[in-house]
Amino acid sequence: MWTYEKKLMYPVRVSTCNPTLAKYLMEQYGGADGELAAALRYLNQRYTIPEKVIGLLTDIGTEEFAHLEMIATMIYKLTKDATPQQLKEAGLAEHYVSHDSALFYNNAAGVPFTASYIQAKGDPIADLYEDIAAEEKARATYQWIIDQSDDPDLNDGLRFLREREIVHSQRFREAVVMISEDKNQKKIF
Amino acid sequence: MTHGHVPFRRSYKPFRGPFDPCPPIGVKYYVTPPNLFIGFQPPNFKQFSAIEALRKGTLWVPFYDYYENPYKK
Repeated sequence: MWTYEKKLMYPVRVSTCNPTLAKYLMEQYGGADGELAAALRYLNQRYTIPEKVIGLLTDIGTEEFAHLEMIATMIYKLTKDATPQQLKEAGLAEHYVSHDSALFYNNAAGVPFTASYIQAKGDPIADLYEDIAAEEKARATYQWIIDQSDDPDLNDGLRFLREREIVHSQRFREAVVMISEDKNQKKIF
Repeated sequence: MTHGHVPFRRSYKPFRGPFDPCPPIGVKYYVTPPNLFIGFQPPNFKQFSAIEALRKGTLWVPFYDYYENPYKK
């Protein structure tokens, strides 16, 4: 069960009207290494992983939905006042034809989300390494979006999200250590 | 190659062929984030103040890594 706080995890501000950035941000919305994929991946893996790290997957999976909400807000702000012509100039004509200004789980190239973006091998080490890789890929994606964006306020929010990827990767790395420890081994100090 | 003032950045020189169509980019940069070097978080790690931590996205100073476009002129 979840409780919902009706506020964003980090304030989202966008200072320039540049709908092209919305197109790039869709990579983190419905892309293979986006926030939706992350949330679904972690929350699904919780059931078949040692008890010690279930809570970590719940916490991080939940936080990913908070990130998804921030990305959605960014995309919404960048597209809500755009005319069909402006969306066309931003490379979003196909999106408009299909969805008007509605958000949809597409990546930056317009490819719709698919469940095969996420993995659940059932092997705890394989799954945690998958999660570490996913965090690093999401971190890199944020870097590439920051590289393409010259909106300082938007980049501020993206930097916050990128930093969270670093921390999540760290926690998954620690989870690997936790489940690798041999309980029966006698340690003599 | 490391970058003196930015500890978590590396770079390499891509191969340059004699008939490459575009002017060389020179160096390609990549990031080696702090989580690669720390292992299991040790006790008594240095912390940001609560307000600062909320802004930066982490409570822990050693995990903080500000990112800027390395190709920006």
